[in-house]
Amino acid sequence: MATIVTTPTETGAGQPAAKPTRIYGLLAEFETPGDLMAAAEKCRDAGYRWWDCHTPFPVHGLDGAMGIKRTILPWLVFGAGATGTLVAFLLQAYTNSWNFPMWAGVWVHGYPFLISGKPAMSLPAFIPVMFELTILFSALATVKLMFLFNGLPLLYHPLFTSNRFRRASNDRFFIVIEARDPKFLPKRTEEFLKTLSPVSIETVQD
Amino acid sequence: MSTLSQDHSLGRMSDNTIDRPGERAPLVLNMDKFSEVTATVCRVNEADKAPFAWYVAFAAALGLLSVLGACIGYLILTGVGVWGLNNPVMWAYDITNFVFWVGIGHAGTLISAILFLFRQKWRTGINRFAEAMTIFAVICAGTFPGIHVGRVWFAYWLFPIPNQMEMWPQFRSPLLWDVFAVSTYFTVSLLFWYTGMVPDLATLRDRAKGKIQQLGYGLFSLGWRGSNRHWHRYERAYLILAALSTPLVLSVHSVVSFDFATSQLPGWHTTIFPPYFVAGAIFSGFAMVVTLAVPARELFGLKDLITLRHLDNMNKVILVTGCMVGYAYSMEFFIAWYSGAMYEKFAFINRAFGQYWWAYWIMVSCNVITPQLFWFKKIRTSIPLMFVLSIFVNVGMWFERFVIIVTSLANDFLPSSWDMFTPTWVDIGTMVGAFGLFFTLFLLFCRYLPMIAMAEVKAVMPQADPHGAGAGKQGHHGHGHAHAHDGHGH
Repeated sequence: MATIVTTPTETGAGQPAAKPTRIYGLLAEFETPGDLMAAAEKCRDAGYRWWDCHTPFPVHGLDGAMGIKRTILPWLVFGAGATGTLVAFLLQAYTNSWNFPMWAGVWVHGYPFLISGKPAMSLPAFIPVMFELTILFSALATVKLMFLFNGLPLLYHPLFTSNRFRRASNDRFFIVIEARDPKFLPKRTEEFLKTLSPVSIETVQD
Repeated sequence: MSTLSQDHSLGRMSDNTIDRPGERAPLVLNMDKFSEVTATVCRVNEADKAPFAWYVAFAAALGLLSVLGACIGYLILTGVGVWGLNNPVMWAYDITNFVFWVGIGHAGTLISAILFLFRQKWRTGINRFAEAMTIFAVICAGTFPGIHVGRVWFAYWLFPIPNQMEMWPQFRSPLLWDVFAVSTYFTVSLLFWYTGMVPDLATLRDRAKGKIQQLGYGLFSLGWRGSNRHWHRYERAYLILAALSTPLVLSVHSVVSFDFATSQLPGWHTTIFPPYFVAGAIFSGFAMVVTLAVPARELFGLKDLITLRHLDNMNKVILVTGCMVGYAYSMEFFIAWYSGAMYEKFAFINRAFGQYWWAYWIMVSCNVITPQLFWFKKIRTSIPLMFVLSIFVNVGMWFERFVIIVTSLANDFLPSSWDMFTPTWVDIGTMVGAFGLFFTLFLLFCRYLPMIAMAEVKAVMPQADPHGAGAGKQGHHGHGHAHAHDGHGH
């Protein structure tokens, strides 16, 4: 069995409620991706909902072991890309082909821009810029939405109070079960985590 | 695993270029713990002092950067007349440098995006600094169109900004497509680079000792904590970015080539330009990666992560793209003959045997002839030789752009309008100075940012596979005691 290391306040009576600070959750540490994977499957099967794995790199297959649903990000990116195409077309058509004033922060006026007898609406010549703005809008949306959905940037997080957790960005693998999980009971959850044979278990204060 | 452990018994391993059937050559040498990767990469950023050579190089780069600043300052205060441009050669060093640097900027995205889509795991060792190189090369590239317009305070005319003159850019011009292509490329490359770096910045944050480092890395790592729910979206986003960057990288140099190809000038008016420019860009970019990787891995002790196999692979890419470029050179000649167009034929014969013959033959020697040496594995895996050959490629690719731009302009349709281009000291100072800008940025990057994508390297180690032979064996070698208490019970 693994050695269980807990914070001194937790070892004895199991009365974290007596402490004035609230618990954020329980943090279990694993040594290898394989151990983490096996433990994650058990957490998923035990019915926990507010829990997560923390790893230094994306572990292949862990999404399935945790039962994470596929993100809708690609669909939103598609929408952003289509917006980019449309914006680029309208921009070029307005400034080089159409002829009416409109308000875009200030009053602007588009007009047919005649160059060497080319048609005002020269769609083939507009395609490179439409392509570039499609890519630009998609890429900006991808990165922005990815961080937004992840709730980042978030410069403070209770997990950062744990010294042990610093290795989550280096070489250790963690499972955290949050106190807000309906199934979370400090003692019971700790017992459950012990069955997963972690290297250590730690209580993280909120 | 087995390869690693076999070679461990023989001492440190340095050559992983040998292919053994049925085995994957290791991508990380002499390390089997994730923490060793972290320590090796972070050591560069965490050392109190950089290696002495870094200071020497940085001082030299700053010197060149000030030359660039002085030349640009002089140009802006005086006018583009300080360059050796004349009528008909109205583009010379400025656009040569622009195309040269944009081309170099292509390797980074190629490595990060296209090799990612092809699941080439060896990209993880070199992608970070190839991407950094891309960004800095595009910064250098962007400088030249900015200053060549002459009255730089009107550079904003390039963008569709509402103004009191009701003046809009002309969207049917490839020069304007270029503005959009290069600025999109810069933005997307920057996003790709930064997104890839966030987990590694978090590693540096978690290890930082000083307040400034904690604050700096803390801010830029955005509070990344390696949550798997985050990794899930992150990996999706990374895949999307790779899929977006792949057509983008091919489009950018195609659009750059349209600047020439859509004109009527013999020597420019060629349909082969877009693919030929893209191949040339990859060629020059990989050469620059080798030029930078060879000293960087020596200086910062990264030989186990940027292994000989990585360099060998890059040299193979240089060989392939060098052959493509050689094919394009000969095809241009064939088409010039086959077209039956007098001006076209003249342009190409004049290129090879006219007054710029020396530039043409420097280009052919450096781009087509010397890279053929990379057919030999001995040369592909020889550090000094590959360094020299990669510099040859850099030189050759600069001359390629010079040859295309200057020889075509200098001798166009009417002999009465022909003229020779001779660079002035400002031309040469600006060209050399751009290297100062590039190396200043690159050296700062090496010192303060993670030079190797740690999270990605760890993910391709055999120990990272939760089901594979390496599962549960991280740190087995020499650290067996760490497992003694659990008796391998999993």
